[in-house]
Amino acid sequence: MSTGKHRLQVQLGPLKLKNPVMPASGCFGFGREYSQFYDLNCLGAIVVKAITKEPRFGNPTPRVAETPAGMLNAIGLQNPGVDQVMAEELPWLEQFDVPIIANIAGTTVEDYVYVAQKVSTAPNVAALELNISCPNVKCGGITFGTDPDIAAQLTAAVKEVAQVPLFVKLSPNVTDIVAIAQAVEEAGADGLSMINTLLGMRIDLTTKRPVLANESGGLSGPAIKPIALRMIYEVSQVVKIPIIGMGGIQSAEDVLEFFLAGASAVAIGTANFVDPYICPTIIAQLEELLDQWGVENIDELKGMGWRHAKAHT
Amino acid sequence: MHTSSAPVKKKDVFILTVVQNRPVARNIWQMRLSGELARLAIQPGQFVHLRCGNSLYPLLRRPISICDVDPAKEEVTLLYRVQGEGTRYFASLRSGDQVDVLGPLGSGFPVNNGQKGEEALLIGGGIGIPPLYYLSKCLRENGVKVTHLLGFNQAEDCFLLDEFQALGPTLITTLNGSLGQQGVVTDLIGGPQKHCSYVYACGPLPMLKAVANLYNETDSTVFISLEQRMGCGVGACLACVCSTPQSEYAYKKVCTDGPVFQLGEINL
Repeated sequence: MSTGKHRLQVQLGPLKLKNPVMPASGCFGFGREYSQFYDLNCLGAIVVKAITKEPRFGNPTPRVAETPAGMLNAIGLQNPGVDQVMAEELPWLEQFDVPIIANIAGTTVEDYVYVAQKVSTAPNVAALELNISCPNVKCGGITFGTDPDIAAQLTAAVKEVAQVPLFVKLSPNVTDIVAIAQAVEEAGADGLSMINTLLGMRIDLTTKRPVLANESGGLSGPAIKPIALRMIYEVSQVVKIPIIGMGGIQSAEDVLEFFLAGASAVAIGTANFVDPYICPTIIAQLEELLDQWGVENIDELKGMGWRHAKAHT
Repeated sequence: MHTSSAPVKKKDVFILTVVQNRPVARNIWQMRLSGELARLAIQPGQFVHLRCGNSLYPLLRRPISICDVDPAKEEVTLLYRVQGEGTRYFASLRSGDQVDVLGPLGSGFPVNNGQKGEEALLIGGGIGIPPLYYLSKCLRENGVKVTHLLGFNQAEDCFLLDEFQALGPTLITTLNGSLGQQGVVTDLIGGPQKHCSYVYACGPLPMLKAVANLYNETDSTVFISLEQRMGCGVGACLACVCSTPQSEYAYKKVCTDGPVFQLGEINL
């Protein structure tokens, strides 16, 4: 009972995607590196690296450290700044028939608004992803993502100037992620991305100091998958807007788990570093897996985890 | 993943087979791998990014520099120091085992600058020495006269000495004086061999800084190879950047712009 090519097609709020798989922000640059391995046209969308108003050099090295089933990073939002991204990176991506989701970051509301206004005029930018959850910069980022009122104010300010749908990327480093999710939904967010990395640390036994020059960093990879699933499961039950799920996805089975938890699409981060072909591999495996499951469209699975659980209580 | 029906790219993921894997000095292992990757054009100083099996820990690939290439036998040789979870996994591999290898990666040592009859000085420290071996072979093939200065901690840490000696004059230092001259390798730089056209260096940061100080105001063309913790190895994650003298915002990536840089191109 194969329905062929439409099995993976999803509606992500206002966006129609040919499949629900996209590389996550910060793990794929602006696409150039991985285009040397495969045709990026196969991707459902591309979430580009965080863009700030000014160029940023980022943090000193070491910027990465390995942990059990994961990694810590403290890159520090290194990027060439919005002007160069608009002049070189986004036009380069126009050769692909793939919607671009532009991740934007800043230290003040004015910075975010400035970048949002500029970036949403690029012809291939289909949506913005508001980064209120970067744990690795001293000002901004996560400070906007840990207080529901501040998160809502920023969302509303950016929504006012954004000419494309606005997704807000939530931080898991909070006591109650549901409160933040509801606040940004009320402020006008068109969708959510969750989760960003968890704050963590490693200490070097030789130097007796933190491995990362930034001391702490963001934990990603399979280690955080259960946390991401739990948070998406909680949030998807109380918000109406769609969720791009992410956190340690390594396989098509993982993708289905995220859909069952309540995600409408998924982003692949750390796994790109382990296997440069992970996104096309997962897309191909998803087709097969859904065929085995007898599922006509992956969207049918969305939130089945909690709908099922509720039916039995 | 590369399959034989598709055209071979400049870099790709290959499954290589372990031909031999054995210790050659204290904590230093030599692994010979066979497979299609060895037929690609490999520059000395380039590296490969190896997966540590399918386990979740270690999760990330490990960058290891290429020590030697034999295209006819379809073999690459890697020398690595066993010091963490990843390299302990490599040391557990036996002949016939398969390894997932991404490469060849990075920008290596330019070898076509050197003209026949010119002299090159190759300076290596510890686990920075292996890529200089393939470099020396390539330079020799171009008719360049090579001299090697190699520094180790002590006698039991030394490796590839006979192999280097077969290619050109080779001087050794050890920190405790158990082999060669006592001291650090940069102590050997001086006298006539200092003034050669080309200098190539790979080793710990203090060694590279000493080389930079010695050659700052000279006519020699100096190339240095850097080591840095890496994520993706292909230029996407920005884990392994270094700053440049140009400006606060100008940076280079060790994994793609390097690991080899010309002296002065980056801040040490």
